[in-house]
Amino acid sequence: MAQPFRLSRGGRVDRTRPIVFAFNGKPVHGYAGDTVASALLANGIHLVGRSFKYHRPRGILSHGPDEPSALLSVDRGPGRIDPNNRASVVEARSGLRTTSQNHWPSLEFDVGAVNDLLSPVFVAGFYYKTFMWPRKFWDRVYEPFIRAAAGLGKAPTQADPDRYANRHAHCDVLVVGAGPAGLAAALAAARTGKRVILADEGAEPGGSLLHDTTSQIDGRPAADWLTETLAELDGRENVILLPRTTAFGYYNHNHVAMTERVTDHLTSAAGQAPRERLWQVRAGEVVLAGGAHERPLVFADNDRPGILLAESLRVFLNRYGVAPGRKLVFATSGASAYRAALDARAAGLDVTLVDLRLESDCGPELAQLRGAGVEVLTGHTVVGSKGRKRVTGLIVAPVGSDGRCGGRRILPCDCVGMSGGWTPAVHLFSQSRGKLRYDDAIDAFVPSISAQAERSAGAARGIYDLAACLTDGFAAGAAAAGSDERQAFKATETLTGFQPVRIMPTDANPTKVRAFVDYQNDVTAKDIKLAVREGFQSIEHVKRYTTTGMATDQGKTSNMNALGIVAGQLDKALPAVGTTTFRPPYTPVTFGALVGPARHALFDPIRTTPIHEWAEAHGALFENVALWRRAWYFPKAGEDLHAAVARECKAVRENVGIFDASTLGKIEIVGRDAAEFMNRLYINPWTKLAPGRCRYGLMLKEDGYILDDGVVARVSDECFHVTTTTGGAARVLGHMEDYLQTEWPELEVFLTSTTEQWAVIALQGPKARDVIAPLVDGIDLSPEAFPHMAMRTGMICGVPTRLFRVSFTGELGFEINVPSDHARAVWEAVFEAGQAHGITPYGTETMHVLRAEKGYIIVGQETDGTVTPDDVGMAGMIPKAKKDFVGKRSLARPDVVASGRKQLVGLMTDDPKLVLDEGAQIVADTNQPIPMRMLGHVTSSYWSANCGRSIALALVEGGRERMNGHLHVTTPDGFTRVTVCEPVFFDVQGERINA
Amino acid sequence: MLLIACPNCGKRPETEFRCGGQAHIARPADPMTVDDGGWSEHLFVRANPKGVHAERWCHIHGCGRWFNALRDTISDRFIETYPIGEQPKSGVKPGTILGTSSATQSEARA
Repeated sequence: MAQPFRLSRGGRVDRTRPIVFAFNGKPVHGYAGDTVASALLANGIHLVGRSFKYHRPRGILSHGPDEPSALLSVDRGPGRIDPNNRASVVEARSGLRTTSQNHWPSLEFDVGAVNDLLSPVFVAGFYYKTFMWPRKFWDRVYEPFIRAAAGLGKAPTQADPDRYANRHAHCDVLVVGAGPAGLAAALAAARTGKRVILADEGAEPGGSLLHDTTSQIDGRPAADWLTETLAELDGRENVILLPRTTAFGYYNHNHVAMTERVTDHLTSAAGQAPRERLWQVRAGEVVLAGGAHERPLVFADNDRPGILLAESLRVFLNRYGVAPGRKLVFATSGASAYRAALDARAAGLDVTLVDLRLESDCGPELAQLRGAGVEVLTGHTVVGSKGRKRVTGLIVAPVGSDGRCGGRRILPCDCVGMSGGWTPAVHLFSQSRGKLRYDDAIDAFVPSISAQAERSAGAARGIYDLAACLTDGFAAGAAAAGSDERQAFKATETLTGFQPVRIMPTDANPTKVRAFVDYQNDVTAKDIKLAVREGFQSIEHVKRYTTTGMATDQGKTSNMNALGIVAGQLDKALPAVGTTTFRPPYTPVTFGALVGPARHALFDPIRTTPIHEWAEAHGALFENVALWRRAWYFPKAGEDLHAAVARECKAVRENVGIFDASTLGKIEIVGRDAAEFMNRLYINPWTKLAPGRCRYGLMLKEDGYILDDGVVARVSDECFHVTTTTGGAARVLGHMEDYLQTEWPELEVFLTSTTEQWAVIALQGPKARDVIAPLVDGIDLSPEAFPHMAMRTGMICGVPTRLFRVSFTGELGFEINVPSDHARAVWEAVFEAGQAHGITPYGTETMHVLRAEKGYIIVGQETDGTVTPDDVGMAGMIPKAKKDFVGKRSLARPDVVASGRKQLVGLMTDDPKLVLDEGAQIVADTNQPIPMRMLGHVTSSYWSANCGRSIALALVEGGRERMNGHLHVTTPDGFTRVTVCEPVFFDVQGERINA
Repeated sequence: MLLIACPNCGKRPETEFRCGGQAHIARPADPMTVDDGGWSEHLFVRANPKGVHAERWCHIHGCGRWFNALRDTISDRFIETYPIGEQPKSGVKPGTILGTSSATQSEARA
């Protein structure tokens, strides 16, 4: 319980509730309210990781979401391991196991640190320059090496056992950030009665007020104002206050995505609470009050553990009651670090402050700090640091206005707080497509022109004074809520004097100095200068070449320093260089939150037919077809796919098979102009089709390529029963609606999807009629009265039916359409009646083989969106007299009428036992040089038990002119010879279908 | 995610809609009289303006009706939605580049 660096008092941690968690296997003690970072620091642990590229020892830089270095793997139990968590935002609690990353064998001794010695080699663009020659090294040598070196942390290997929720919300005003400006904005908006959501990424709302122990607001301590304000907001029914909620994406039309971390901070998750909740908020107005990020100073070895941002050091002192060191040096070019130094001094620590600014450029903060007995060295630069796994000293030197350094001096210390000024967090504003403006006075980009109903407030737009932030926030909140109310706040003055600095002046050889700009990706000032020297001028190019700003922190601490260095090298003004693009997410988001409940059974809807459970009970295996589960085949004991399908195929041709065709798309087309509508959409003629008759219909897109097919029955003069492919149902209905609504609104036609209403029992085989004869009422089943391609209405098993005499097998066949609710009963009755005739249930695989034996195409298998009716031998269906239909004009396009198009043919292998691979390529001559000229591909290929050999369909260039010729098809063992044939393998005369 | 005002149902999120590409491209009354160049133009050539664009949208997971919309491709702001077969009421011409001056804020709130 030692916590040697915990101050004896102060901070917002709960000292009555001790906690203990593990860091690299050792217990770390802290208090409720600590982050992992603050608890580590309370125990004097600064070394928490190794850097990405050079494996340099790294510590905790920041207290918040901008932390680039202190990235830990957090283990919350089996399946709950998460890499790359920022120690500064993970709430410490008992039971957590945290480990440092990117080292071997240990954090203390890391072999990879040799990279640091080799750093002259690993310059900007190292990969681009190194892994180029020889070509044969790309796959075997370079790629494995790069893959091994890439990535930080270890991805979890187990499935995530946690639950994630997804919530949509609407509000009048969304306030992002609950610091002074955000709180004031929420207060103003809430008082108008409008619906307000206030989201803050921290565990506790308050922002900078949580560590401001000295300021007064309207005559009382800032902490008291915070308590009162939160109480007021909490008490209002029109306010939703969301702590631990990060707004990470600002999308179109004020759609803001946020993640709420619900249970990670709890030792035991409460009941069924989700781990995280994704909020998708549609806000009338948005107030962005996300504050600002502090910039590090760029000097040699500025990355040693123990070197923190000055304000973060202040946060650890005041909010967590932790002294990150006992002998502190602050290095700054502005006033804000003086406040941190004063607070450190007040905590009884040994403090020195180094300010780059000349004495005359400093404000009242100088006298204030000196008055507190602190040594302040003005006009001093930092030229380096001492130490390795922990800073032991800061090397400083006086610097004149000419930039020349005087004699060096080492300031011994165990902790450094640095401040290079502030960068407003404009991430969400930029994501909303707002335009930034460079503000010279604060050396930062600030929001300028809004693209959406949004406004920024406080430090997020470069206002740093506390009273000004509160007043600005209140005005923004009121305006967002449509109110003219304004309130002027009084608060302790915040000193904000600041002198921008890019790289700290140094007396060292700049080519030897390693001053880090991007801590997470190990990019130094030298790398950025090199990139510019090598010709990269666009900041977007420099970013990608050097990888600065491309790590998971997206350069929150590094971007402005990098921009400044590029501008300096190019001798351009900063706004002329511009910024890189800000993209979501603002901070990393778990996949779980994005996926939400859409896992397993909820990933996609699963559609099943009324026969599904019967098929399950009869041992069917299923395959996915679009969202449907379809019975694939019905194996008997000991049968594999091939044995079962061979048996099913023979049973259909010899006796009778029963097949569930309920997934076929069905559309009822009714209305005065139904036939005319059909004429316009299909290549076929419909006017003269008599009620009670069916026709195979083929539908094209306007480009002339096959869209879908299916049998259509004319129920009456003004009613068609259309069927579509299983996967094409929605697409076809959409296609029809599009034309009906937008091209031919004058047609009186109504389209209704009836896919789910009609179940379809296909009965196929020579004995099909015998099976249903005793079950059907009111329909004459004789071949004369009920020929192939007819449809009759009547009753079956006492249930109304549309009975189709159609066949997708080439056999005598019926498709019994019955209302879905009755389908299971009818199916069972038919199956029972079929027992005497050897009825066999069959699945989609047998259906595929049987139709291929007959050369019937499947849209999407024989066609691929570039296939015309003529390509599959169906041009004859188009009546010469038909003037127009969708796609007709395109059939006269030059490329469609050109010779040499791929045409549907059959293929027979020399070896009748060899079943070709579907998709296999076809060539004419195997001796031609590579790359060979490919003539087409195999579209369907099966073993046909009925033919006693393999069969295949293929699309082959000029196929119909190659009849009986030989071609060669690729197989895993080389080419095999095939003979081109008509695409029909069984009952070539087509007599069986009319039985 | 866009917020789109269906003329029948009101404002709904983008996921309920399907975009049907450029609007006001009428299918020729007699396509067989159109020459190859004209037909390929009709089939394949579409405007891709920076600025105001007239598009077809279908409220596929709502009323199922098609309608037209004017959308600014720079800001993704919808200027108006209007029924199939009609012309926009706002009088804003497709291809117009709307200003990004201070007017944008009030427009964004419209």
